Formats: sequence, C-alpha cells, structure tokens
Amino acid sequence: MYAWIWRRLPGGWRTRAGIALALVLVFAAVLWYAVFPWLEPKAQFDHGVVNGTPASPTAPASPG
Amino acid sequence: MVIRGLGELCITAGLILLLFVTYELWGTGRYTEQQQSRLGDELAKSWRSPRVTTEKVKLGKGLAMIRIPRLGPKYRFVVIEGVDVADLRKGPGHYPGTALPGQVGNFVVSGHRTTYSAPFNRVGELRAGDEILIDTRAEQFRYRVTGRKIVKPTAVDVTAPVPEHPGRKPTERLLTLTTCHPKYSAAERMIIFAELAAETRRAAATGK
Repeated sequence: MYAWIWRRLPGGWRTRAGIALALVLVFAAVLWYAVFPWLEPKAQFDHGVVNGTPASPTAPASPG
Repeated sequence: MVIRGLGELCITAGLILLLFVTYELWGTGRYTEQQQSRLGDELAKSWRSPRVTTEKVKLGKGLAMIRIPRLGPKYRFVVIEGVDVADLRKGPGHYPGTALPGQVGNFVVSGHRTTYSAPFNRVGELRAGDEILIDTRAEQFRYRVTGRKIVKPTAVDVTAPVPEHPGRKPTERLLTLTTCHPKYSAAERMIIFAELAAETRRAAATGK
C-alpha cells in the first residue's frame, strides 16, 4: 500500500518525502481534531461517577 | 502482496490506536482547560456583580471553586453543576440533588482521574486531616479529609446525606469526592470523605 503511494508521488525522493510527511500530518490532524473528539465519548474508559439507583430523584443514573 | 498490504494495514491501525490513546490522555485536557477558563471567568463575574440571585445554578454551569493545597498551590478547578458525561468533560461535577457547599448533608463532587485534565488524578495522595477548600460567592469552606475508601461503581450510598446510611437524617456538613479507580480503569471508585472544619466569610461577600 505504502510502496504504491510512494510510486505515485511526483518528483525526486526529497519532494516525495516532503509530500509523504505532509500527508501523514494532514491525516493525523483529521484524526486528532475531527475523528477522535467524535469517537472519544463512545469509547470512554474513565468513569468517576457512582451510579446504579439514583441517590435522589434528580441525580442522573448515567455514568461519567 | 496481499499479506504485505494486510501487514501495513495492521501497523497503521496500531499507530492510529497509539495516537488515540495519546489524545485520550493529553488531547482531551485542552478542551477542559478552555471550558475551565471560560467557566472560571463567568463565575468570577457573577461573584463580582452586586446582585445576589437565589436562582439555582444551571446544569453545566460553574458552582464553586475547589482548591486542594496538598496537590499544589496552583490546584484549582471550577466545580460544575451536574455529573453527566458532558459536564465532567468540563471539570469536576457536583451531583445535583446532594447538599451545596457548607450545607448540612453531603456535598458530593465527581471528577476524572485520567483524561480531561484529570482533576482528581492525585486525590489518592490525600491523607486524613488534609484540607479541601471550597470557595463560593459569599463563603470559603474548609473541609478536612476524614477517610478514603475503594468501592464498587454501584455503591451510590456514598452519595447519601449520611454516606453509606441512606435514609438517615444528616446532622454533619460533609464533602465527598468520587473518582475512578484504579487509574485508567472504571472497575472501581475511589471515595474521599471530608467534613467541614471551618467557614469564613469572603471579602467579596459585601457585594459592593
């Protein structure tokens, strides 16, 4: 896969390396700023709230 | 060729997962910092305004400031009203329906131990007698830690007005912190119990 992309990139190895690096950074940025914030609440592994039967009618039963 | 492509995909997936863990542990803190600074400003502004409102603090808004000298002079967070996922992303949250700071009963605050600035990351270091300071508009409450306990996530009775004795009528002014335990896990909860030791009127209380 990567070899295939590498062959498609134009220019000498310097240009290619530069473009490849830029692509990686763009990909990482999309993950960091768009995908991860969306994914994070779904994959939450840190819960600090005690839950179960709510302690009072207003106490939420959802974990946090 | 296919095997090779598969291998590359697996390595890529591994790297993405590593990046995601990095994001969870440190990237999420940026959001909390932004929200904390916004809510801190809002709180300071509302405290400065001379008009005292008896209106209840809305869910997701700042309620009080928490400071724990043992965790360093810079340790301060705005306590949010509410303990929903969205509330706790902004900072430590007060369980709605439990006592307010200084009231008879149990002022219960929950916070992240890891991720989202990890406000309660080091509460495990608290020892009996350590101070937890809660600043509200008019008063500063000094609570002293009385104990620590590890409980199951379902142990809601620690949030009762008299912790672990739901239904009993409270006579003391208590503070309870809840966070997850062990770190990076949601298997158990760490509970810090404290009781009110002193109460001081703040200078700003005159409201003029």
